[in-house]
Amino acid sequence: MMQSEHLIIRRYSPQPLLSRPGIMFREMFGDLWKGGELAWRLFLRDVSAQYRQSYLGYVWAFLPPLISSLTFVFLNSQGLFNIPGTGLPYAAFAMIGTLLWQVFVDALNAPVNSLIQSKSMLAKINFPREAILVAGFAMVFFNFLVRLVLLAGVLVCFHVKPDSGLLFFPIAILGLILCGAACGLAVAPLGALFGDIGRAIPLITSFWMLLTPVVYPARTTGLAAWLATWNPVSPLVIVARNSLTGESLLPLGPFFFVFFASFLVLILGWIGFRIAMPHLIARMGG
Amino acid sequence: MNTLPSNDNEVLVRVENVGKIFCRDFKKSLLYGVSDAVHEFLPFVGGKKIDECGEVILRPSEFWANKDISFEVRRGECLGLIGRNGAGKTTLLRMLNGLIKPDFGFIEARGRIGAIIALGAGFNHILTGRENVYVNGSLLGLSKSEIDAKIDDIIDFAEIEEFIDSPVQSYSSGMQVRLGFAVATAMEPDVLILDEVLAVGDAAFRSKCLKRIGKISRNSAILFVSHDQGHIARICDKVLYLEKGRPSFFGNKDEGLKKYHDVITKEGIASAPPELHDRVTSFRVCSPEEGLFVKTGGPIEIDFEIESGEEIANESCNFFFVDHQRVLAGHADFSKQLRSIPKGKSLITIKIAAVDLAGGPYQVNVQIFAKGGRELLVHAFGCARLNVAGPHRLWCGYRLPVAGVEVQLRQE
Repeated sequence: MMQSEHLIIRRYSPQPLLSRPGIMFREMFGDLWKGGELAWRLFLRDVSAQYRQSYLGYVWAFLPPLISSLTFVFLNSQGLFNIPGTGLPYAAFAMIGTLLWQVFVDALNAPVNSLIQSKSMLAKINFPREAILVAGFAMVFFNFLVRLVLLAGVLVCFHVKPDSGLLFFPIAILGLILCGAACGLAVAPLGALFGDIGRAIPLITSFWMLLTPVVYPARTTGLAAWLATWNPVSPLVIVARNSLTGESLLPLGPFFFVFFASFLVLILGWIGFRIAMPHLIARMGG
Repeated sequence: MNTLPSNDNEVLVRVENVGKIFCRDFKKSLLYGVSDAVHEFLPFVGGKKIDECGEVILRPSEFWANKDISFEVRRGECLGLIGRNGAGKTTLLRMLNGLIKPDFGFIEARGRIGAIIALGAGFNHILTGRENVYVNGSLLGLSKSEIDAKIDDIIDFAEIEEFIDSPVQSYSSGMQVRLGFAVATAMEPDVLILDEVLAVGDAAFRSKCLKRIGKISRNSAILFVSHDQGHIARICDKVLYLEKGRPSFFGNKDEGLKKYHDVITKEGIASAPPELHDRVTSFRVCSPEEGLFVKTGGPIEIDFEIESGEEIANESCNFFFVDHQRVLAGHADFSKQLRSIPKGKSLITIKIAAVDLAGGPYQVNVQIFAKGGRELLVHAFGCARLNVAGPHRLWCGYRLPVAGVEVQLRQE
């Protein structure tokens, strides 16, 4: 009997997880800790595998934001539309914006992609499911670090001089990742079941980008102003960019509101993810 | 970990009244899944309905993949799960491993669980074999130094020294299962779940596995799924026989295997109407509905009736015996004894001197060729059933000794 005292007891029943919140939270953080090693190995695998079958390699991390910002730079340079009040050369403004936006989009896509990629592993092995999420977010961060090189290049080229606001930049990036992760995790269980979600996300995000002051500065009047206030990503993008360009970190209040709201949604999404997992595995099969 | 056979009474797996519902319709299944998950979040929305007696009411297209399953497995015991394909064995194991949730009842498992389910061997395909060993080990709760101490033994057992640092996706399925088995058993699990592991891998590895299972079974509770009754008979103490998701028998292995055996004997194997060439007008094997019965090694006679508009010469007739897994077990060639089929309707009796087949149900397939094998006259699949009484899987004759043929012409 001595030995049995030390054994972990697992209990599986149809009882809802939420009916025992204490145990649920203990298991959540326990699994997050236990999954660390696996997450690290999955991350290393993804990093080395990501660009293995390609010639351009890490250039692919730069290309999507670079191309989409160049589109706007071109349109702007030809006078097809004129965007006043950027405070710095438009090309620098647009590139910084799209690079920051890409962080958000990557974090948004990470949970669904991780789930779909690990389908067969999920169906066959019991492991802390958090590991695949953590590995996915680590990948987002890694890709951001790669793009940081491009970002630094843009700052140097256009003689953009950050001031002490630069210290706030890491927090702003964390905010973008948090917000993207929260949105992504909230739809991830559905996305793993229904292909519709995976198809809809790129459409929605490309439209969402135009509704966010990414390639234009926040307006003070009209619909664009309303969107700059009520679009949760707006304060994140604005603060992140201003922290680089040395302008005032003005919408700090909304920024922290979105920051903490994202954190809450992320925790809720995590609980939802844990609840949904066994149902998902039963339905999506091997 | 204590390696002494400790406390025999310790129950490591307890399954009580467990049920699992699946859905035949895939799209509905997805919606039900969403509804069940939302129900856990918001108890007033969606979910399954329960009637006054506490029974779950099935929604359209749903069925019980597992129902009313209860058992216990103690340390030192090995439980064999038997049943036809689709009886719910793997579903039960997946619930035991915590991959999916039961819809009814509960499961309790104590200690480290090692599992190989649905031949997956539980590997990440892009990681190397060695990395996978460390990942799996850490998931099972072993520290890095504990795994370091075991890794040589694992590589040695799996016999994949040259490949251990290549990605698992380059492994053959046999290699994957070998490594999976080596890892799962080296971790000294308290509960070991093995789903059809021995179906892959060659005979030498299989016997090595059986030996390893025997060694581990003293210290763990093992759940073992196999379609090979011989393996079940060899390593299990008890069996649970599932039929359409419901337990049909639980207890002593000999009794359980006999019951399973009786059922598959009675059900026999699906037959199809014989395919006939134009030159043959009818073909029928005259055998009783319940099949022919013979003891292992005993003689047998099979009658068949064939009708042809003309005499067919230079003909060859073969009887094949396939077991319930559709594996060819025995073959009798009558081409020397039966050289021609007369015109009209005739009754032909073939005689086999000794049916050297292991005990079990068999299906009889008949092929009759003409023109030295170039023309298929009759291809009768499952035209008769043969039940052999005898020991399981001790020997299996491939070519069965032919004793002779009698041909009677029937005038009508």
